[in-house]
Amino acid sequence: MIGSLELTQLQQIWWIIASLVGALFIFMTFVQGGQTLLFTLTSSEDEKSLVINSLGRKWELTFTTLVLFGGALFAAFPLFYATSFGGAYWVWVLILFTFIIQAVSYEYRKKPNNFLGARTYEIFLFINGSVGLLLIGAAVGTFFTGSNFLLNDYNFVKWQHPLRGLEAAFNLFNISLGLFLVFHARVLGALYLANNLNHVDLVSRSQRAAFNNLLCALPFLLIVLGSLVTMDGYAVDPATGAVFMEPGKYLGNLLALPLNLILLLAGLVLVVGGVFLARFKGSTRGIWLSGPGTVLVVLALLFLAGFNDTAFYPSKVDLQSSLTIHNASSTHYTLTVMTYIALAVPFVLAYISHVWRSMDAGKMSLEDVKQEGHNEIY
Amino acid sequence: MIESFDLSMVNWARAQFALTAMYHWIFVPLTLGLSFLLAFFETLYVRTGNEEWKRITKFWMALFGVNFAIGVATGIILEFEFGTNWSNYSWMVGDIFGAPLAAEGIFAFFIEATFFAVMFFGWNRVSKRFHLVSTWMVAIGSNLSALWILVANGWMQFPVGMAFNPDSARFEMQSFFEVLLSPVAISKFTHATSSGFQLASLFVVAVSSWFLLRKRHQEMAKKSIVVASVFGLMASIFVAFTGDEAAYTVAQKQPMKLAAIEGLYQGDTNCALCAVGILNTDQKPGDTGDPYLFAIKLPGALSFLATRTFDGFVPGINDLVYGNAEQGVIGVTEKLASGRIAVEQLALYKGARKQGNALVAETALAEFKRHEGNLGYGYLQTPEEAVPPVALSFYSFRLMVGLGTFFPILFILMLVFTLRDTLENKRWLLGIGVISIFLGYIASEAGWIVAEVGRQPWAIQGLLPVGVARSNLTSATVAGTFFMFLFLFTVLLVAEIRIMLKQIAIGPEEK
Repeated sequence: MIGSLELTQLQQIWWIIASLVGALFIFMTFVQGGQTLLFTLTSSEDEKSLVINSLGRKWELTFTTLVLFGGALFAAFPLFYATSFGGAYWVWVLILFTFIIQAVSYEYRKKPNNFLGARTYEIFLFINGSVGLLLIGAAVGTFFTGSNFLLNDYNFVKWQHPLRGLEAAFNLFNISLGLFLVFHARVLGALYLANNLNHVDLVSRSQRAAFNNLLCALPFLLIVLGSLVTMDGYAVDPATGAVFMEPGKYLGNLLALPLNLILLLAGLVLVVGGVFLARFKGSTRGIWLSGPGTVLVVLALLFLAGFNDTAFYPSKVDLQSSLTIHNASSTHYTLTVMTYIALAVPFVLAYISHVWRSMDAGKMSLEDVKQEGHNEIY
Repeated sequence: MIESFDLSMVNWARAQFALTAMYHWIFVPLTLGLSFLLAFFETLYVRTGNEEWKRITKFWMALFGVNFAIGVATGIILEFEFGTNWSNYSWMVGDIFGAPLAAEGIFAFFIEATFFAVMFFGWNRVSKRFHLVSTWMVAIGSNLSALWILVANGWMQFPVGMAFNPDSARFEMQSFFEVLLSPVAISKFTHATSSGFQLASLFVVAVSSWFLLRKRHQEMAKKSIVVASVFGLMASIFVAFTGDEAAYTVAQKQPMKLAAIEGLYQGDTNCALCAVGILNTDQKPGDTGDPYLFAIKLPGALSFLATRTFDGFVPGINDLVYGNAEQGVIGVTEKLASGRIAVEQLALYKGARKQGNALVAETALAEFKRHEGNLGYGYLQTPEEAVPPVALSFYSFRLMVGLGTFFPILFILMLVFTLRDTLENKRWLLGIGVISIFLGYIASEAGWIVAEVGRQPWAIQGLLPVGVARSNLTSATVAGTFFMFLFLFTVLLVAEIRIMLKQIAIGPEEK
């Protein structure tokens, strides 16, 4: 059945799947956001442990989603994987670096004889939540602002900027997207903690933090959205595959794909709505509005970059080297095989949510953390 | 295809991959095997209701957690290093190689990540049965992760199920099942995972031996040793069996690797296997003298290992480099000449296509097709470049096999004396038990050296040399990240070992 789909359809399906995994990852960055709130939200070691243990039950899911995002891009759009990772070298290496130090920090922070001391591991978590997300935002920003690479006849990449990808962080749009992601993750982190903790003070502090961080995120969101609807975009001529600059391309995409516009607006309303419910109605369920809202917003952004004859990984220095979902993809055969494999995704989501529900049946309290054996807590 | 070979960059990229892979492999085999041992311990607890088994499970689980975290940290780098340091590789084989990686994410990593949280934190949150299921799921998930990445590695050793597309200049998948079920992939998976079971059993034996030497937690230690020795013994038998199968597969699919492992320069029928030996390091391809300064040989054994007959012909390095018409071996010299034509014609074809010259394109393509099978050889500078480092392969192999023969004996002794209840008096054996974990690591890492160094200079056997597979980076950049990772991994390893030792010293929870 899947095998009878056209190559173009499979490429679109895989852009949707990759976007969905990316969107779920951004939702799951509430873990990173929570990590950066650690120092300001808590007022004692016990509270810190409570927050760490609450986030620590989820960090691996976020991490795994990122790994899957990488794997899905490698499998479905290998030319993007090769071009971006091999080209924008430093930005990706630094992002990875922040995720390596995250991976050990939960487990090692409170263990006796841990060599670096608890404080260092807490700083590691902060770096992952701040620098890591900032750079991810900057890297994704280049989907719209373009990068500096050439592809030769054999599709081998040559990067044209000595900073090898870090130059992305010096562009207003990219850096705004990065900072937006950082503050947005803090919003989600605060909403998650408000939902997951059984601690009156921490919950109310989280609810306030969600709102304050939304205010911090807002200017960057406005820069991103403002630029997006006014900037020139990288358009593709469907007949020849030639890439050219088109004024107002992304605004055009929004108008040409009304569903996308709805996704974006509904997503933004949900994100803001979740925060307002938490702040002004005292609700602890804001994460269940803002989280799905985030997924919708990211989907809309990535659809904007990849659909409607748009180059999703454009080259500023050589337009014809730009990557589209058509020229960067795997073959029909591989995409078909991969689509069969992806049929397992709903099953995976089902057992994750089942496990999540059974583990989070009761909210986590200071007593929980104190009662558990020393090996059952972070 | 590429403008120039920057060998020093390639070597830094190789060093970085070796560094990451070898650090990663410190933690992975323990995860693979210990996860099953945890599942065994917990099953015993659930079936017998004996709280002692729960204590045992929790003690080993704490060590598992410390090890698991750093395994995850080093693993993410490996996945992305394909893109950062080997971007040409990622493009040229992404159509084939990406699929197992994505399948790994969907089928394995989420099982691990999801049930890991239940296993660690769910003792008081979920039912006993659900907890046990979760522990089993972590074991299955971890080993499934190994399946997919080893399928990918097996494919690099013996590429099947694909074809080269001159228009996109990449290899494209033709059969997913051929890739998945390739004999090399299967022998990689079975050999690597069972060696992980062996290593984890050695870990449990080593820590338990230390407890017995110190006369602490003796009941827990003996119970742990029984389970680990049974598991370790079964794993050892399987390791030996799959190792023999792997060697046979290497002989068929990667004869140069086998020749390097054996230090065999002149091929022969009824070929002897060098059990123990010292290589003459002055020996070069083309030399016909004795490659060993000293050797104890088993007559006919190499022929039997490689061909399953005692008088089968096993080609040596000289046969494989320069050819042996009598035995029908085509040498690298000939393949290199043919490969150069393939490279030239491919360039001609692509140039003609760009200029719209259909006639030239058609002729060039036809000529390319005749030499396509040797394309990878066209990028070698000299035929001798196709010979992997002989000494490293030779000694690593002997270390691996020698230690692999010792481990089952250790497990049998441990088992016998525990069952006779005299183990705590056998202090010499307990001493060996403690040391055995280090030997386990040496054997395990040596195995990977054989597998990976033995296939140089190929990123993909016969098709893509490492010099072409690399990214376009300066050697300073890759050297920079090499030292960055070296520093970071070493710091984290020190932290891990210190925490582990402390956890072992603390011992299990009080009764």
